[in-house]
Amino acid sequence: MLTAALQRRVGEFALECELEANAAATLVLVGESGSGKSTVLRLLAGLLRPDAGRVALGNRVWCDTSRAIWVPAPERPVGYVPQDYALFPHLSAAENIAFGLRASGMDRGAVKRRTADLLDRFELTDLAGRRPHDLSGGQQQRVALARALALEPALLLLDEPLSALDVETRHAVRTELKRLLAGLSCVTVLVTHAPMEALLFGDRIAVLDHGRIAQVGDRLSLLREPRTRYVATLLGLNLMPGRVLTRGPGEEVVLATPRGQVMAVGGGPGDDLFVVVSPDQVTLSLEQPAGSARNVLSGEIDEILPEPPYGERLRVVIGPAPAFVAEITARAAAHLGLTVGQRVHASFKATSVAIYA
Amino acid sequence: MIRPDGRRRLWLETGGRVGALALAGLLGAMIALPLAGIVLRVSPAAMLRQLADPGVRQTLWLSAGTSVTATLISLLLGLPMAGLLATRSFPGKRVIEVLMDLPMVIPPTVAGFALLMAFGRVGLLGGTLSALGISLPFTTAAVVVAQVFMSVPFLVGAARAGFASVDPRYLDAAATLRAGEVYTFLRVRLPLALPSLIAGAAMCWARALGEFGATITFAGNMAGTTRTVPLDVYLLLQENLDAAATLSLVLVVMAAVLLAGMRQAGLGLFAPPRAHGSAAAPGR
Repeated sequence: MLTAALQRRVGEFALECELEANAAATLVLVGESGSGKSTVLRLLAGLLRPDAGRVALGNRVWCDTSRAIWVPAPERPVGYVPQDYALFPHLSAAENIAFGLRASGMDRGAVKRRTADLLDRFELTDLAGRRPHDLSGGQQQRVALARALALEPALLLLDEPLSALDVETRHAVRTELKRLLAGLSCVTVLVTHAPMEALLFGDRIAVLDHGRIAQVGDRLSLLREPRTRYVATLLGLNLMPGRVLTRGPGEEVVLATPRGQVMAVGGGPGDDLFVVVSPDQVTLSLEQPAGSARNVLSGEIDEILPEPPYGERLRVVIGPAPAFVAEITARAAAHLGLTVGQRVHASFKATSVAIYA
Repeated sequence: MIRPDGRRRLWLETGGRVGALALAGLLGAMIALPLAGIVLRVSPAAMLRQLADPGVRQTLWLSAGTSVTATLISLLLGLPMAGLLATRSFPGKRVIEVLMDLPMVIPPTVAGFALLMAFGRVGLLGGTLSALGISLPFTTAAVVVAQVFMSVPFLVGAARAGFASVDPRYLDAAATLRAGEVYTFLRVRLPLALPSLIAGAAMCWARALGEFGATITFAGNMAGTTRTVPLDVYLLLQENLDAAATLSLVLVVMAAVLLAGMRQAGLGLFAPPRAHGSAAAPGR
């Protein structure tokens, strides 16, 4: 169990957050660049000292500013995979992997055996003698992971493990990494700017916004109930505040939102609720849909953004603020002949609206 | 719209180009002509004859031996200093930095005089040294001391820059892999700074090889013990131009080979050495 309370100021930027993670669940820190994700990892690894705070793994305290406790990085059982991996360019793959074993004073024979095991486990045996610049991105990542895991760390820190990979390899490596992490018994904290990766890897997800945790929760709770517009936008969801106008008949609820009236089904008590619509539940049309039971929001297209990785899906951002987003296939968009500035009608079923207090 | 004044522009453009070419040519000639003077002074046959001369050989061997020794001592003493200056901040660091640079700018004869005042018979440590039965001035050891004094700053400067330019991400990675400060220095910082260290050592050696003023002042000019190539060239000017030209040519050729080799290896003298692997290339 990792517990951390961290405060750190870097110039204008102030980081202040509390984290918990256990071995059973990978914790993902997701946020935009500059949100302080990497700083959190450096603080956990002991590469950076917090201005105030505490870091403990189980009952072992690594840092406690109030008690002047500080365990330096080399003495923490931490495996750290930095962004772009930082493999030692002057050492071969095998020497990179053996680096930590040798530094910790293991005898040569044991280092050799353990390195050979790791090379085998990460399917690097044929590449043992290659320098990092002669390895592909995916291979570099495997070396970096093997190097970090060689010392059987109690805490594994991964900083944007997929960002150095090109689009084609990313998909394969993602699956591979997911399987690897599932088999590890250590506490794992992974940092990413990509919500998609956060949802994939994160058993628990902490959304970091300007140095503060905006929301923590498991995958589903984040997707279903984003608490702030930032979290919703990050996850690609439409989030609006809604005020209940009428209830019934049955489970039906009509809410007033900044984009007009929305009909939903279910929802808890209370009159001020969050209204969430997943963009892939939204269809677009050029004509006002007639006599439909569906919700319809109209507006002009602000932006059309291709969705990574291949752009076969598009995010259509419909103004005015707060913008409403529809995600449709590139084909559908071409069929409708959508262009920026065009007036469109976005419709969605009452049953695809999530409301919660 | 402002129309450029055609004539004035033409004057500036052509005048500037012609002027720059002329001045650059003048400088090129100024450096190349004297070197040509040496080369043209001796026929290859005369040169071979001179190189067979025991006196000339003795001088060459003395220079080679002392300059290599001075470089090795500079490495031994200079690398720790460069490492400390590159990685630590401590009170008095500025003073040490100035001290390390000083030998590069003080006149060599002054340096030689200063060495005498420290290690000479009447110097600060003269009494201590003679009590131990050591007399430094006018020995080959004094030549090495003078060379180290004059050339070690080149090594310290280059090595320090090299150590400091190592990407901190590698150092962080090492720290999380149980590597302490010293281990990280030896296994990460040192090898990654190697190009700078080689460049620094090469400059240090070249400087030691060419040392004249401090050597003649502190170590004297005694054939076989302290008369290095630069000293001999100066002496031979008056008696044997062929021999002086031969020795000079050897120095010039060695310097040229050294510089060309460094360039070939991407180690410019003034250009900062190529940073070794600024992060593994993403993807490929």
